[in-house]
Amino acid sequence: MNGVMVPADEAGVVEAVRQAVADHAPLAVEGNGTKRGMLRPVQAARGLSTSGLRGITLYKPAEMVLAARAGTPIPEIEAALAEHGQMLIGEPPDFSALFGTSLPATLGGIVATNLTGPRRIASSGAVRDQVLGVRAVTGHAELVRSGGRVHKDVTGLDLRKLLAGSHGTLGVLTEITLKVLPRPGGALTLAVAVETLEQAVAALSAGLGSPFGVSGAAVLPDGEPALGLHGPTALLRLEDVAEFLPHRSAALRGVLAGFGGVTLLEGEASGMLWRAVRDARLLLGGTAGTEEAVWRLSVRPKAGPGVAAALRAAFQARLLLDWGGGLVWVAGPATAAAHEAVVWAAQAAGGTFTLFRAPDSLRASVAVLPEEPAPLAAIGARVKAAMDPGGVLNPGRMRAGG
Amino acid sequence: MIELPAPDRSVLARREEILAALRTLLPPGARGEGVIGDPIRLKPYETDGLSAYRQPPLAVVLPETTEQVAAVLRYCHANRIRIVPRGAGTSLSGGALPLEDGVVIGMMRMNRILEVDYADRLAVVQAGVTNIGITQAVAADGFFYAPDPSSQLACMIGGNVMMNSGGAHCLKYGVTANNLLGLTFVTIEGEVIQLGGGHLDAAGYDWLGLITGSEGQLGIVTEVTVRILRAAEGARAMLGAFRSNEVAGQVVDAIIASGIIPVALEFMDRPAIHACEAFANAGYPLDAEAMLIIEVEGNLEEQDFLLGQLKEICARFDPISLRVAETAEESLAIWKGRKGAFGAVGRISPDYLCMDGTIPTGELPHVLRRMGEMSEAYGLKVANIFHAGDGNLHPLIMFDANDPVSFGKAEAFGADILKLCVEVGGCLTGEHGVGVEKRDLMPVQFLPHELAQQRRIKSAFDPLWLLNPAKVFPLEGNPAFAPQAVA
Repeated sequence: MNGVMVPADEAGVVEAVRQAVADHAPLAVEGNGTKRGMLRPVQAARGLSTSGLRGITLYKPAEMVLAARAGTPIPEIEAALAEHGQMLIGEPPDFSALFGTSLPATLGGIVATNLTGPRRIASSGAVRDQVLGVRAVTGHAELVRSGGRVHKDVTGLDLRKLLAGSHGTLGVLTEITLKVLPRPGGALTLAVAVETLEQAVAALSAGLGSPFGVSGAAVLPDGEPALGLHGPTALLRLEDVAEFLPHRSAALRGVLAGFGGVTLLEGEASGMLWRAVRDARLLLGGTAGTEEAVWRLSVRPKAGPGVAAALRAAFQARLLLDWGGGLVWVAGPATAAAHEAVVWAAQAAGGTFTLFRAPDSLRASVAVLPEEPAPLAAIGARVKAAMDPGGVLNPGRMRAGG
Repeated sequence: MIELPAPDRSVLARREEILAALRTLLPPGARGEGVIGDPIRLKPYETDGLSAYRQPPLAVVLPETTEQVAAVLRYCHANRIRIVPRGAGTSLSGGALPLEDGVVIGMMRMNRILEVDYADRLAVVQAGVTNIGITQAVAADGFFYAPDPSSQLACMIGGNVMMNSGGAHCLKYGVTANNLLGLTFVTIEGEVIQLGGGHLDAAGYDWLGLITGSEGQLGIVTEVTVRILRAAEGARAMLGAFRSNEVAGQVVDAIIASGIIPVALEFMDRPAIHACEAFANAGYPLDAEAMLIIEVEGNLEEQDFLLGQLKEICARFDPISLRVAETAEESLAIWKGRKGAFGAVGRISPDYLCMDGTIPTGELPHVLRRMGEMSEAYGLKVANIFHAGDGNLHPLIMFDANDPVSFGKAEAFGADILKLCVEVGGCLTGEHGVGVEKRDLMPVQFLPHELAQQRRIKSAFDPLWLLNPAKVFPLEGNPAFAPQAVA
């Protein structure tokens, strides 16, 4: 790759894409490149980074709306929100430990990958649900807008959703407007000591099916000895008005009592734990190396334990479950055989998978996402051509030849 | 007056042959004929919730299975016949307005609930199940389906998906897209595709997100997997009456700034208060210029705590009156007028147009003032009832449909309001969809190349533009036909 272009404004992004189309020279599109190790390696002549597009362009706390240029680092946005007692709803993960990088993720990168943290399980939805508007440069070298800065907008086809999670293959996000929310006054965690993953997920389902507002529901298959949690542990988080928490916590404890002993974690102990779940750091178990592969499966919560068992039977698997048991993080050997086991387990459970991290040799040689049925793959190819006819945006990032 | 495309004469000429072919695909069954061709029986399908526009279709088909939908689409695709999908026909934007040469696919017979799973908090339902039908199926166990459009007694989940419908409670629970896990989707070629299922988020492109709100442009949805949520322990409302729209707008700002997110935050202006009070006798303050209905959730102590804080906030703005419901019955009384609002306006005006733009909430006072000026200039009354927390306006423009001049003025007034919404940073439609009603206003919100990009996505799914054509996109640049004026 011959260098990375870092345009300072949208016009620069348009020009970079125009030049790439003219030269038939594909671009590796990224923000700070913190998730470069995700999915497949991109085969590109040049890099195009949005890290030069920085800054918050609109923030109206009373309207719960914030807009920022794509390259704005997430911590910068979180700091601005904190000054007004607000937060990003989607709890964007920080995968620097997972990928062995040091820069912070950018807003554009989080939206382009649609990566949502533990709060995904609550009714607030995924990052893509909180995207009110985007500005993006398509492969036609045109700046297009979808949505805007208001909370409800169903005008026209929803290109916001198409672009969110498209990993830079359909357009280069240049600016994003998000819904934000007031930060809850308090948060705490109930940790339930269980014997099996099935019991853990049943405990999470009981909590999520209660009226007490559970906003995080994860399973640590081997506990977290540093916090005094030994053996399989179900974690349930409550976030709400601080004055409500004592009652809610007691009521939720009642719901969970039949599943095992309950430990209360408050303050920084609770906050730290959920950041570690969010960033999948609990999966890494102290090993900072990136030789191991990491997969992320999403299945129905009830299917989570079965998937975990299938993976454990197939290889030396380390596991972390989030989203009520439906999000299964797994670390294991970076082999085609282990990958096959993941593909099979996701398919058997009617769910989906992502090869999240692997050495280039593996991620270049296997399907890192599930294959789509032929009619959908045909539509996908036509949509890609409709957005990026020259195929210059992140070729090969999601699928070989696409 | 809206232009509809010239019908394809060759399709009209083959009407009997097409009906016969459709009847072989959907033979009469226990629930009656699967194909309607009799002009008298087509009459009920000639319009939807936007009843100012009428056009009987070529035929109506009433499939009972996904396979039948696929067979009809396969046949229509092979024979180049246009399709208009229809749920309950409650669209306020003319989304289900038929075409003279088009086949309406009515989804009302696909009304079965296929699965409810409380552990995974989901329900799998056919597209013709009503919105309220989902909540009714799970309410006894303490669960509900969150999006609640005003038409929820009648509207169907398939239509909700196609419009990405909202409702009064999306401030807290989000719109339809937030509450979906999967779709069974039939392409124009008749291929059946399962998107998503019981799990969260797609690993590839977000087809589910793109299809939600696509107004029947991309394909037909036959089954939907929705998230169901455990209902809060209780809910209670309060009512605040204020001396001007500006002040009520400031109260909305102050509430959000306080960190309290009410589960609903509804705004009514003076004409709406008067219309609703005359209809429902809800005890609304007739001396107020603007009124807010604010609802919170939780157990009784939590409700008291939040309502107490909200009362303090309202008190800072010199309210005319504040009324906090002490019981669930008093709460219902506060909602009674609001829930009957459309009927109430229907009593004082022979007809009304319900607009649906969204604005930044900070622009509320400015937009309401401008709307008042327009109302005087057009000589037409307007009542405002809307979801204040998210800025989604619902101005009801009152007119007389028997008077063409009055109707023309109402349409022009509505267009001016929507242009104003875009001008202040908002959009043409927050939850009703573009349909046929706002189709020609699309260039107000989008630049030509942005519309061209959306058209290319449409073409990727429906290269021949057979699916609900003449909706959403202006006719100029629509590859399917040259326009022709229809009254």
